[in-house]
Amino acid sequence: MSNFLTSSIGKKFLMSISGIFLMMFIIVHLSINLLLIFDDSGDLFNQGAHFMATNPAIKIMEPVLALGFLVHIIWSLIVSFQNLKARPIGYKQLNNSKSSSWASRNMLVLGCLIFVFLVMHIIQFFWKIKVTGDPLLAHVTVGGEEMENTYALVSSLFKASLIYSLIYVLGGILLGLHLAHGFWSAFQTIGFANKIWLKRLQFVGTIFAIVIAIGFSVIPLYFQIKF
Amino acid sequence: MSVFNSKIPEGPLAQKWTNYKDHQKLVNPSNKRKLDVIIVGTGLAGASAAASLGEMGFNVKNFTIQDSPRRAHSIAAQGGINAAKNYPNDGDSVYRLFYDTIKGGDYRAREANVYRLAEVSNSIIDQCVAQGVPFAREYGGLLDNRSFGGAQVSRTFYARGQTGQQLLLGAYQALMRQVNAGSVKMYTRNELVEIVLVEGKARGIITRDLVTGKLERHFGHAVVLATGGYGNTFFLSTNAMGSNGSAAVKAFHKGAMFANPCMAQIHPTCIPVHGEFQSKLTLMSESLRNDGRIWVPAKKEDAEAIRAGKLKPTQIAEEDRDYYLERRYPAFGNLVPRDVASRAAKERCDAGYGVGTGLAVYLDFKSAIDRLGKDVIEARYGNLFQMYEKIVDDNPYETPMMIYPAIHYTMGGIWVDYELQTNIPGLFAAGEANFSDHGANRLGASALMQGLADGYFVLPYTIQNYLADDIRTPRMTTEEKEFVEAEKAVKDRFEKLLSIQGQRSVDSIHKELGLVMWDFVGMGRNAEGLKKAVKRIAEIKKEFWTNVRIPGNKEGMNVELEKASRLADFIEIGALMARDALDREESCGGHFREEYQTGEGEALRQDDKFAYVSCWEYKGEDAEPALHKEELVYEFVEMLQRNYK
Amino acid sequence: MEKTINLTLKVWRQNGPKEKGRFETYQVSNISTDSSFLEMMDILNEQLVGENKEPIAFDHDCREGICGMCSLYINGRPHGPDEDITTCQLHMRKFKDGETVTIEPWRAAAFPIIKDLIVDRTAFDKIIAAGGYVSVNTGGVPDANAIPIARPAAEEAMDAAACIGCGACVAACKNSSAMLFVSAKVSQLALLPQGKVEAKRRAKAMVSKMDELGFGGCTNTGACEVECPKSISIAHISRLNREYLKSRLSE
Repeated sequence: MSNFLTSSIGKKFLMSISGIFLMMFIIVHLSINLLLIFDDSGDLFNQGAHFMATNPAIKIMEPVLALGFLVHIIWSLIVSFQNLKARPIGYKQLNNSKSSSWASRNMLVLGCLIFVFLVMHIIQFFWKIKVTGDPLLAHVTVGGEEMENTYALVSSLFKASLIYSLIYVLGGILLGLHLAHGFWSAFQTIGFANKIWLKRLQFVGTIFAIVIAIGFSVIPLYFQIKF
Repeated sequence: MSVFNSKIPEGPLAQKWTNYKDHQKLVNPSNKRKLDVIIVGTGLAGASAAASLGEMGFNVKNFTIQDSPRRAHSIAAQGGINAAKNYPNDGDSVYRLFYDTIKGGDYRAREANVYRLAEVSNSIIDQCVAQGVPFAREYGGLLDNRSFGGAQVSRTFYARGQTGQQLLLGAYQALMRQVNAGSVKMYTRNELVEIVLVEGKARGIITRDLVTGKLERHFGHAVVLATGGYGNTFFLSTNAMGSNGSAAVKAFHKGAMFANPCMAQIHPTCIPVHGEFQSKLTLMSESLRNDGRIWVPAKKEDAEAIRAGKLKPTQIAEEDRDYYLERRYPAFGNLVPRDVASRAAKERCDAGYGVGTGLAVYLDFKSAIDRLGKDVIEARYGNLFQMYEKIVDDNPYETPMMIYPAIHYTMGGIWVDYELQTNIPGLFAAGEANFSDHGANRLGASALMQGLADGYFVLPYTIQNYLADDIRTPRMTTEEKEFVEAEKAVKDRFEKLLSIQGQRSVDSIHKELGLVMWDFVGMGRNAEGLKKAVKRIAEIKKEFWTNVRIPGNKEGMNVELEKASRLADFIEIGALMARDALDREESCGGHFREEYQTGEGEALRQDDKFAYVSCWEYKGEDAEPALHKEELVYEFVEMLQRNYK
Repeated sequence: MEKTINLTLKVWRQNGPKEKGRFETYQVSNISTDSSFLEMMDILNEQLVGENKEPIAFDHDCREGICGMCSLYINGRPHGPDEDITTCQLHMRKFKDGETVTIEPWRAAAFPIIKDLIVDRTAFDKIIAAGGYVSVNTGGVPDANAIPIARPAAEEAMDAAACIGCGACVAACKNSSAMLFVSAKVSQLALLPQGKVEAKRRAKAMVSKMDELGFGGCTNTGACEVECPKSISIAHISRLNREYLKSRLSE
């Protein structure tokens, strides 16, 4: 097995599996986040966030998720570095826009930007909730259960800052672009494609990417426009 | 009488090959390892021989001028490969394939060789399928066949329009398997520049590494030349740019007989010449004649209007078209053999009915599209149509293709006996490089069959018969004086070429040679023209050796030097072709002497005088080559006037 | 209809494998638009020989798009600005009068330059030698019709087998990956019952050789499929992934 993980396909297999895992996380994350805009009292979202914070299964998944990110990021760097080595001298004239999509050629760039966004995102929310705490997180009671007011933390940021809202929209779009290639590519890599399924996966991948990008972008815009 | 022995085994025709195999000498496995076999060329014949001999345990060294064995020009064969499987149940048999090949060759091939070819044809298909060659199949999962020129049965197996490619890749993969196993050592970008004889036997070769320019000596207990044909003597042909006749010339200069050099095949369906800058002619597979109908305008004024661009072919009414093959040969129609179809096209164009530049006829798919639908035609010939459109910028689904004959294949080549051995012991020739099986004209889909038959199923037997006597011959060092002298001669020759420093490029001289060949030694030949050709070629030879310009030096890669060296040999072959064509005062197959034709313009053989293989022996730089004759004795078939009417 | 054009050519020149290369600029004039790209190169070379300069070395052979020898990277694309063809099938009607055309060799660590525009593609042979075959010796095989093969499988195998080994996939890929080439052979043989027998061994051996030779990995950009003169589908890459994973996970 050891040299499986260092083989070119093995490395891509890890990228693919971790990517598929992260996509599943993204779906859950987006579903919970969308609660933000369906209940302006914030109760629904707070309940969702509380469930996610206290559910034992999620607690187990948290380190796995971190591992997923880590594997995806580290292997992407390894893969990219080795791929760069495969062409020591580049072309003087390159005309590759006809043969491949911009996103597919720039997955590393997109990944890095998303990473920067992710760091900011973690500092703003995750870190405050889990570690430092924040006055906005003062406990509320929803349905007889006491919980942190994560709704207040999130909504106040989006209500207050146009810049941050736009950055979050941008983050959504970057993620969408990453997934526009990443989704079907992950299935291609694990061998789940043939002539017919390739096209289907590409189609589903595009839809998926659009849904994710719009889904995440719509939240800050909602708060900006409505409040 | 022949001065040499063609070694045809005893017995009835159908038993000869079995008899041979039953009584030949064998080499035991431990001795095979000690025997080196040099194989030059990696086409169908070379690759299949190298793979098979490697599998058997011989120590094989395989050479190619290309960067990979997979590039050999066998790869370009489009249409298919014949075999007497009789899967379609339409009356085929080994005998019938044998008979069609003999007849198609206009009774100028050896019966026993051709029968063996037909006999092993079935094994070739089995072998290729086992290798994973993706032949076309029916929905039931079994192999499909199509028909080809010169036959009334469907016996041609095919893989779309890329049969040669698929068969070559099968052989190439088998070869690479042996390279991996260590039994074959591959030398790419290496060109044979001399053959080394020791005590009258072929014992090695000198090669030039085309990347470094270094000359290298290689020893072999036997040497096989599978170097293809010499069609590029004409400069413009359907051969690849690198295809050359140099190995054959080296063998010839070392004493091997050159047989039937004048017998070159002109393929009827090629994209016509369109300018003087043209570098090669592109073949459109003969399989197109299955569904395409060949015609020219029936009225001269229509042909003139088309040439002037005033009329389009689609505007010519059905009754104003002359489907001349269907008219002249109702029984075979558009599927007459290649030589017949080519000459018929030339006859129409010479008479003023040609289209395009005047040297083209139409190949029309309209009726096939109407009958079968565009989809079916696209499935059958899509890649050929695409190729045509890319080159000519015209859509053959809508307007008929324009085609004209071009040099395609050479039936002549190094003389070999039944064992594929030349008259030099230990020197073998296989595939297109030898002269053997196609007589004066090769039928479509038979070249692939012959190349693979020679390599997979003939040489592995016959070469053993030779090597069995050589098991006590130790590997020679290449420091022997014969090797040293041979290398010296080659070095001198290259230095001489480089020292000329004249005014003319290699290609310009080659084009000049090609024009002389096409005009006088092409589709229609006559004594006067051939005499002129002999004279003109001598002048070109002189021009070449005094006025060629080769930039660069002999170290490192020098493409012009490679081309010059090959052109020097083409000039030798051109002279030999003209001489042989002049000698053969008859028309047969691809060799058409205008003086010898029937009232209807068909080839007229002179069996009483020319039922022989012309074998030319080199007599030195300035001497005339000597002609020897191998009489062709037909024991089993009767020599008839070919009739495709 | 025939017309002629003039072009400026920027061509990569390099004397030998170890030497430093550079671009040189040449002018060609009165090139017929009916001539092929390589015929234009022939004309330029004739011009150079006339000036007693060394002509530009480039690989080419059959000039009908099947041998896979020609290999030029023209104006930023392998085999130039036309679809589904090799360089030798590219015609000058695809260029405009006065245009500047940049001609480069394939660029990949696994394809070192030999001279000018010629690269060494022996790596492909090594990959095939590692396992791109069915291990049968000559003779002793069953009748060709003994094993029926479903036509769709045979057709798909043929689609893959159409690969000419030119290396445009590697040249087009931003990672210089040989996955399309390798997958075409693995896929062809995995689709046929004759090849299935040793499918696992083959996938493993060929991929490991490919990695060893310094090709990059596949990131599914799909550029190879678009630039492949034989339009070989990246669906074969998925099959290769599948075959490889099956092979490794069953160890």
